[in-house]
Amino acid sequence: MTQMLRLENVTTAYGAVEALKGVSVHVDPGEIVTLIGANGAGKSTLLMTIFGSPRARTGRVVFEGRDITGMPMHEIARAGIAQSPEGRRIFPRMSVRENLLMGAQSFGVDPAPGLEQAFTLFPRLKEREAQRGGTLSGGEQQMLAIARALMSKPRLLLLDEPSLGLAPLVVRQIFTAIRTLNRETGLTVLLVEQNANQALRLAHRGYVLVNGRITMGDTGAALLARPEVRDAYLGTH
Amino acid sequence: MSDSVLGGPHEGGAARSDDGVPAPGQTGGIPRGPAPAAPRPPIAHALRDAVMAALVSVVLFVPLVGLRTDVSPGSGLIIRTRWADVAILVGLVFAGRLLLNLWQDHRPARTAPTARRTEVLRRIGTFVAPLLLGFAVVLPFLPGTSRYVLDLGILVLTYVMLGWGLNIVVGLAGLLDLGYVAFYAVGAYAYALLSTNYGLSFWICLPLAGIMAAFWGVLLGFPVLRLRGDYLAIVTLAFGEIIRVVLINWVSLTGGPNGISGIPRPSFFGLSFSAGGGPGSFSDFFGLEPSPTHRVVFLYYLILALALLTNWVTLRLRRQPLGRAWEALREDEIACRALGINVTNTKLTAFAIGAMFGGFAGAFFATRQAFVSPESFTFIESAIILAIVVLGGLGSQLGVALAALVMIGGFEAFRDLEEYRMLVFGGAMVAIMVWRPRGLVSTRTPSIALGKRRAISGDLVGEGHG
Repeated sequence: MTQMLRLENVTTAYGAVEALKGVSVHVDPGEIVTLIGANGAGKSTLLMTIFGSPRARTGRVVFEGRDITGMPMHEIARAGIAQSPEGRRIFPRMSVRENLLMGAQSFGVDPAPGLEQAFTLFPRLKEREAQRGGTLSGGEQQMLAIARALMSKPRLLLLDEPSLGLAPLVVRQIFTAIRTLNRETGLTVLLVEQNANQALRLAHRGYVLVNGRITMGDTGAALLARPEVRDAYLGTH
Repeated sequence: MSDSVLGGPHEGGAARSDDGVPAPGQTGGIPRGPAPAAPRPPIAHALRDAVMAALVSVVLFVPLVGLRTDVSPGSGLIIRTRWADVAILVGLVFAGRLLLNLWQDHRPARTAPTARRTEVLRRIGTFVAPLLLGFAVVLPFLPGTSRYVLDLGILVLTYVMLGWGLNIVVGLAGLLDLGYVAFYAVGAYAYALLSTNYGLSFWICLPLAGIMAAFWGVLLGFPVLRLRGDYLAIVTLAFGEIIRVVLINWVSLTGGPNGISGIPRPSFFGLSFSAGGGPGSFSDFFGLEPSPTHRVVFLYYLILALALLTNWVTLRLRRQPLGRAWEALREDEIACRALGINVTNTKLTAFAIGAMFGGFAGAFFATRQAFVSPESFTFIESAIILAIVVLGGLGSQLGVALAALVMIGGFEAFRDLEEYRMLVFGGAMVAIMVWRPRGLVSTRTPSIALGKRRAISGDLVGEGHG
């Protein structure tokens, strides 16, 4: 099977501190892959390295056969990768609709089908269409961030901690939406999560990142069953 | 890698409770009155605070007011002390601060502005803008409009235009530019040099001056692409000074401190405004009595048209992807990058277009004055223009126009106060920032709306954003 995204022995550093120490992961088309790990393990760094900020110091990032390691961020986005960044980062003073349009405008795509998809996936956003982004609840902001990322019709979606600071019920809603997207549109998803339990249930495959190195990689179910994963990340015995 | 917690600096500008309703009384960054959690007696607190303010004023006033050097009858300087004046000033500060504190404790608690209030403000806004425009158009023909009023009108409109131009950079794109006057200077000198050296007419020089300024805007933009906030402000401030210092020192080209004089006046489609009339003049062609007022009226309409052009372009751009990208850039640069927006181009176009309007205004300034010198382009000009934008409410076109009217018109109105003028002026600015911390007009109408346009109140937005 051809791989959609491949990181080959990637090292990323902030000054002298190496956050990623030779990481190799891959994502196949149509997969949901999750990356779990403790605070500071390098999960977000890995996602940001795919997007070119910070850049990989050594190694390569390959997307659909193209080396994107040194490309500017806006070109990486145009290659077909979308990102829902950590902390959601919606535009607080713009309306929900304007936020969504921002997701489409650099790609020369017609925003109408994207808007329709966003409002079907998250009917709450339709209700709040004219409302200012900053007045939405945390869950609604997360929905907006995901919907905005989808406006560009990406083939790969990078999600950074979508469950951050949200109530369990809202987290479930968002994870259900991700599964629906994956099943119905074949969207490939790379998901970074601290909420390992739910992330591994959702994902086809998962990687465990410890101190900038991949220590395990297996199917979601297999990782869930492993005692060392259960001890370290699930808090159940 | 940073796992930021909820409520980080980019986590939405507004204070908000979990159910999405803006939390009343938390919208601003300035604590108002004593915190409700601390049940300190208000009088004691107010007294303590007033004593602190008085102490600060002692530190300030002892060297500033208390000590004065005079030339002694013999030779050299002697120090005179004026402790009585210091005591009066400190007493005033103490009493004023105490009264302010007591008043704040007793007035009703501030509540979050309701949607209705925003709606009322918006309605007023829809009336005020056409009224102001109508007034501006008929002003030269109103009875009792003197030459002085027209000159003042031209001055105000120049600042309206500069404010609208800077508003693109600061208000829309959120790039704090303290050197905007540099582009004003580039435009003015471009017109002055092209017209005096090559005899080009105003109408050819106007676009050239705009292009020159836009070019310099891009030139400034490149080195500051990675800078934000304070750092950007410092570099743009330096840029403004560099332009001025170059103008002073490049004597062979710019005439140095003497400036350039004898700059040609604009003509009305080839008809000159010569005071004596004569063939080929404006008054001769239209069969009017030759009058110097014609030129002033013409200049007035010229700057009005240029200002309206600035406004029109800004309003148009705000509805286009580029304008939306500017606003998104102001809100969150990282999100913009993630959404595939070319941040470099977005910033450079903001600098270039903002600078271009500064250049237009500069060319107008040069033709109106018929004289330019570096003295007209000091930092205080940048500061005044920025103050107009901030007081008007960042990003608000009407607010900027009102602020220019209040600031420049008010500055003239208080001319009789002489040296106290700056005091009144400073006091007024402090007052506006206390009562309307987000500027005079702080609502933002979405550039895209379904059916009814709903204004977005700036009162819900944290101060100091963008």
